[in-house]
Amino acid sequence: MGVNNTSEIPADFPGKVIPGGNGANILVTSLDDIINWGRANSLWSLYFGTSCCAIEMMQTGAARHDYSRFGFEVARPSPRQADLIIIAGTIVNKMAPVLRRLYDQMAEPKYVIAMGACAISGGPFYYNSYSVVKGADHVIPVDVYVPGCPPRPEALLEGMLMLQAKIKTESMNNKVFPIDGFDEGL
Amino acid sequence: MTNEALQNLISSWIPDPIAIGLEFTEEKSQFLNITVQPEQLHQLMTQLKNNPDTKFDYLFCLSGVDWGKELGVVYHLESTTHRHQLVVKVKTEDRENPTFDTVCTIWRTAEFHEREVFDFFGIQFTNHPNLKRLFLTEEWDGFPLRKDYVDEINMIIK
Repeated sequence: MGVNNTSEIPADFPGKVIPGGNGANILVTSLDDIINWGRANSLWSLYFGTSCCAIEMMQTGAARHDYSRFGFEVARPSPRQADLIIIAGTIVNKMAPVLRRLYDQMAEPKYVIAMGACAISGGPFYYNSYSVVKGADHVIPVDVYVPGCPPRPEALLEGMLMLQAKIKTESMNNKVFPIDGFDEGL
Repeated sequence: MTNEALQNLISSWIPDPIAIGLEFTEEKSQFLNITVQPEQLHQLMTQLKNNPDTKFDYLFCLSGVDWGKELGVVYHLESTTHRHQLVVKVKTEDRENPTFDTVCTIWRTAEFHEREVFDFFGIQFTNHPNLKRLFLTEEWDGFPLRKDYVDEINMIIK
């Protein structure tokens, strides 16, 4: 035990650190890179589990798989404090306006993962169901689709890492808001 | 009480069970199944609850069923003192205006269950205190769990 005082540069740090002497260093990087690096490694997700996928999502957050290792540090019960919504479960017609409202209440930048068959396409409820929305992307724009019924925690983690990779390609010069034109079907 | 003893006891309450359409069966079921005519339902249920030998004081399941031709309700009963169970079925071929007597005066829990059955199957329960939509919206048209329900917007038929 003990505090490690030797400064180490994270392996994935986007840029160069030049030792400046006297304990001060010089960072050489671009704003895009450093902001995306920060965003991608601090994605707080909203509690949104509507059916059995939520159990698997909890398992992904629990000790064995522990998504906070990748910066998905905590889940937030308020959309105002969340960057990410993992749609873990079936969306029914009655739930759709609620999901849309939660999404609209989240602050930019915001991301969406559709977890499991129901959130992707309605899953087993695709046929002969009067109540199930055939895919959450009818309601809000989705960034990453994680297939499975339910997906294993490894699959969800893979989807989350893919979202991080996607965030790292963003640029401040041409910002994209997924909701723009979404309702018009663009 | 065993299923056989239950059947004998219940038959003995009614002078001519076949004439009023009372049927017993244990086929494909762990329970004794009784099919009863809608007119006899309330009286039989009251007797099942109040008779000290049967004393079915617990309605543990109430479900609506669409058999294609008939609409009906299935009641699963249990006695917490005797620990025996029984299934009562009631059917009607009237799909326009299916009506049964409520059992929520016998088992209070049926109040919500019957609202659910009304919501999804459109079965009316006479003397129910508050029969209105439970899960669906008030303006919903039709009864979605009926076999002949059509919804061209939301349903993809396979």
